[in-house]
Amino acid sequence: MGQKVAIVGAGITKFVRRAQETGKELAWQAAKMALDSCELTLDDIESVSCGTAPDAFDGVHEKGEYLSDGCGGWRKPYMRQFVGGGTGVFAPIHGWLHVASGMFDTCLVVCAEKMSSCHPHPQGAFKTIFDHTTEQPLDPTLVWIFAMEYNRYMTTYGIDKRDIALVSVKNKKNAMDHPAAQLPMEITVDDVLNSEVLAWPVNRLDISPTSDGAAAIVLAGEHAAKRITDKPVWIEGVGWNLDSAYWASRDLAYPRYVEKAARMAYDMAGIREPKKEIEIAEPYDPFTYKELHHMEGLLLADRGEAPQLLVDGVTQRDGARPMCPSGGALGVGNPIAATGLMKTIEIFLQLRGEAGKRQVPGSPRCGLAQAWGDLMQVGTVVVLKR
Amino acid sequence: MELEKFKLGATNLKQKDIEAGKVLSIRQTPDLEYAWDNGVAIGRYLKELKEGRIIARKCNKCGRVMIPPRMFCELCFRPTDEWVYCKDTGTVNTFSICHINWDASRIPEGMPPHLPAVIEIDGASPGTGILHLLGEVEPEKIKIGMRVKAVWKKPEEREGSITDIMYFKPLRNPSKSGTGSKRRS
Ligand SMILES: [Zn+2]
Repeated sequence: MGQKVAIVGAGITKFVRRAQETGKELAWQAAKMALDSCELTLDDIESVSCGTAPDAFDGVHEKGEYLSDGCGGWRKPYMRQFVGGGTGVFAPIHGWLHVASGMFDTCLVVCAEKMSSCHPHPQGAFKTIFDHTTEQPLDPTLVWIFAMEYNRYMTTYGIDKRDIALVSVKNKKNAMDHPAAQLPMEITVDDVLNSEVLAWPVNRLDISPTSDGAAAIVLAGEHAAKRITDKPVWIEGVGWNLDSAYWASRDLAYPRYVEKAARMAYDMAGIREPKKEIEIAEPYDPFTYKELHHMEGLLLADRGEAPQLLVDGVTQRDGARPMCPSGGALGVGNPIAATGLMKTIEIFLQLRGEAGKRQVPGSPRCGLAQAWGDLMQVGTVVVLKR
Repeated sequence: MELEKFKLGATNLKQKDIEAGKVLSIRQTPDLEYAWDNGVAIGRYLKELKEGRIIARKCNKCGRVMIPPRMFCELCFRPTDEWVYCKDTGTVNTFSICHINWDASRIPEGMPPHLPAVIEIDGASPGTGILHLLGEVEPEKIKIGMRVKAVWKKPEEREGSITDIMYFKPLRNPSKSGTGSKRRS
């Protein structure tokens, strides 16, 4: 590989239900903050990567082009990448490719999402990701897939819904310390179980909100990174993998695509025992069960065992293996493409000891962020070390 | 850097301001219409549904009987070899009891919930399922592993669509009861 790559700066907007700002204004706010955070200007940036999810949310075609000025992309080598919900962690991977290849010494990575433009509800746009000839005539909502995957996971391992609900309790509470958070709150397991049933077994409080928001990071090659900051956080491993889009024929109890992505990243980072070496993680949690499902795919818990770790407090911020210390998609919010980058930024801050009230004890040295998307079959993973 | 030391962007619009018309926006409903050609494999699949049959496609290299059918095996990356009829019975792999519509609007009180399910079709390879709906069943009585059978529209009402099967209903006297396939990954 050409050169090592570090994250040297980060920016984020608040995550909100409906922002006054346009997508490109949000992108600009996050990008400018990322540059300011490491005292760079756009002149120092050699390449720009933009991540943003379905154009159908915005109703703006070629959203990569639409967002490009807000991302700082004009008159630069600029590319948009997109793997649905997996986009936010594919973003640092995409930027990493630019810099690790040796082609560029810096890359500004910006993810922006404005879901609120789609009326009456952005869920409507999700119908169009189902197969248009064999599935859309059944009038599916995306929640069907999640509800059925939740059910298959729960039934396969005999998991109690109360234990899965704890993910929402933990993450929404963690989000109370995140300045960008949309849905921080203190709730109980009963609040989750008694919230409106959307699609059994999924209740209202099992699901992350739809959000507008943006996030950005600055990547730099080895020498540039050391010039820019004395606290670079290195991208030591990257992994991504795509499984079958015939989702009804996949093993819904286990996310094999996440395991494949994780193994790729672990191999590259020289990690042999992820349960010991990954000290802190941000698995993608758009639904409660997904944090647990993904922990298992990431080999951070044995199959069917993640709920017990949660019940035992292991994944709390002060536990042995904190999960989603940011508050995750459930607490901070879920502006699809920006969510994974928010998670990457959280690990960046935690490893630098700069996570404020969210800081986990023990000065972790190694962590990961993960996202998932497309037709629920893409896994994206980055391993970060300081 | 700490996030707390920055003034973060994004201004959340207030619901009452939106409702009071204080938020200005340009509205448009794009009216795009598409005609999706069914293609070779799905074309035959839908044509057979019109006749009241479920057809799959087999790859003789890996031996998989695939539904929905496809003209190429994505794993062996070679053409598939033959058409194979499946039964119109199967096993519930998983299901949901859904109280919202596709656009997130709530199904009105008193109306039945949607009952989407993944159904592993008899005659296709183990674990090979399709998305469909359940019917003629109390939602509380649905179980993973339940045996079901397709309920078809009347022949004259069928139009060559996945909806030619209205839903799957429980098999009265299941000859064998499955528990859903056990698969290794
Ligand atoms: Zn084959």
